[in-house]
Amino acid sequence: MAFRKSKIVECAVTAPSFFWLTLLFVIPTIIVFAIAFKPADPYGGVGGGWTLHTILTLSNPNYPAIIWRTIWISIITTLFCVVLGIPTGYCLARVSARWRHILLVLIVVPFWTSFLVRVFAWKVLLHPDGFLKRMLVALDVLRPDSLLLYNDNAVLLVMVYTYLPFAILPIYAATEKFDFHLIEAARDLGATRFQTLFKVFLPGIQRGLITAFLVVFIPALGSYVIPDIVGGLSSEMIGNKIAQRTFVDRHLPHASALSALLTLAVLVPLIAIFGMQKRKSKEPPTLIETA
Amino acid sequence: MRHSRIPLFTTLAIIFVFYLPIMVLVVNSFNDSRFGGNWGGFTLKWYARLLEEQQIWEAVWNTLLIAVGATLVSMVLGTAAGFALHRFQSRLQRLHFALIYTPLVIPDILMGMSLLLLFVALNVELGLMTIFLAHVTFCISYVAMVILARFQDFDFSVIEAAQDLGANWWGATWRVLLPLLAPGIAAGGLLAFTLSLDDFVISFFVAGPGSTTLPIRIYSMIKHGYPPLINALSTILLLVTFAAVTLSQHLSRSYQKK
Repeated sequence: MAFRKSKIVECAVTAPSFFWLTLLFVIPTIIVFAIAFKPADPYGGVGGGWTLHTILTLSNPNYPAIIWRTIWISIITTLFCVVLGIPTGYCLARVSARWRHILLVLIVVPFWTSFLVRVFAWKVLLHPDGFLKRMLVALDVLRPDSLLLYNDNAVLLVMVYTYLPFAILPIYAATEKFDFHLIEAARDLGATRFQTLFKVFLPGIQRGLITAFLVVFIPALGSYVIPDIVGGLSSEMIGNKIAQRTFVDRHLPHASALSALLTLAVLVPLIAIFGMQKRKSKEPPTLIETA
Repeated sequence: MRHSRIPLFTTLAIIFVFYLPIMVLVVNSFNDSRFGGNWGGFTLKWYARLLEEQQIWEAVWNTLLIAVGATLVSMVLGTAAGFALHRFQSRLQRLHFALIYTPLVIPDILMGMSLLLLFVALNVELGLMTIFLAHVTFCISYVAMVILARFQDFDFSVIEAAQDLGANWWGATWRVLLPLLAPGIAAGGLLAFTLSLDDFVISFFVAGPGSTTLPIRIYSMIKHGYPPLINALSTILLLVTFAAVTLSQHLSRSYQKK
């Protein structure tokens, strides 16, 4: 009987996805870590035997700089997305149902278009001969010789543009569930606007903020296309180095070592936040916590 | 409490910025001047030239082939996975959930890189087949999550009723469970299809000679610069997207009315 909870049925419905993902997700990830300890062969493949040489070359002064840049670009992107996501989520939660639907569609629709097309659109917009540059120069905001494209700021701008909806949606979902009477209560009890925001509202939508952080910060760490298209030589991130080692130099062990490093960088915030949430859930609900 | 206007203005400003680059792109696709900065008059010549680009149409064909295949397979695997995750609570399912959830958050480049190494290690020739395998791998998780969400308000007593009325498990699955789940499966499939169509990073890592997909083609056009053609192509893609979105909204609305 399919709908009695028998072990056979459980195995039958679990096995296909379980084996597929083990074979094409778990094992490949293990291979990445293994190949980081292998030498390269001269034909762009992987040589025999084991070596620590590839890992040791990561201490070459170029890499810490790139790793550091990857982390700070991701942190700033996440901050901008969350800071812009809070008022937007608030607005969506407070307007009438009709307007909410319209605004949500307006926010989501641009992101159903091709990702590459959107990045390319920014390249056109920020181009030295482009419309934005001319306008800003005409308005005397920019000097004619300044560059909007091919630098860290362009990378940041396009990253915030790309990831912002992923921050807005969870923050909006959390804000919608937030009990706005708490704000009135806090104000009645004499809290300032500032205190109400930081001690009542933001802790109240904490879950949305954490999700927003995760879904922006982790993919941002792995960015490759955005710095590749709108960034300059000095705005490379780990993703660019991985691609370069794979496609240009064809040094797979090197690319593996960098990927292994990135995997670890991704797992740290993920595990930290899951750990934090587990501890939090044993504590009393937010209402008591913030009082 | 007096309402602050800041949230509303922030929202409107963000929406303006969301559409700004897209508008520039569409306007430029009709621009006779090769470089976007100045307006050289209205033209359709970029669209005409696009039609002659054989490579683009081959890439479109490859992309659709992979997307249809990956969608069908991931719908089957993802639906089974979503059912398993919802119906059973065991240590196996906790592990299963971790396995389904992690691909959703892992950056694309890591998935692309690790799959490339797997295919290299197994001596698999890179091509349409490897892209298809990679796409199924990331689509399963999305389909499973959509199905899992649909199950949250699914009433299993309907199934029990069917069985009490004499349906065997085969009949209950095919004639009660799957029809009830159909909108969820369709939504998951649509998501998988769009993700597969749009994927660049993972495809780029596991593509071989002769397996260029549309995003890979667009990327090489961006890199080697023929801007006006990409403008025209992007505008067509935008139109297709908006048509698909309007259609699916329309369908889901008429479905809800029934």
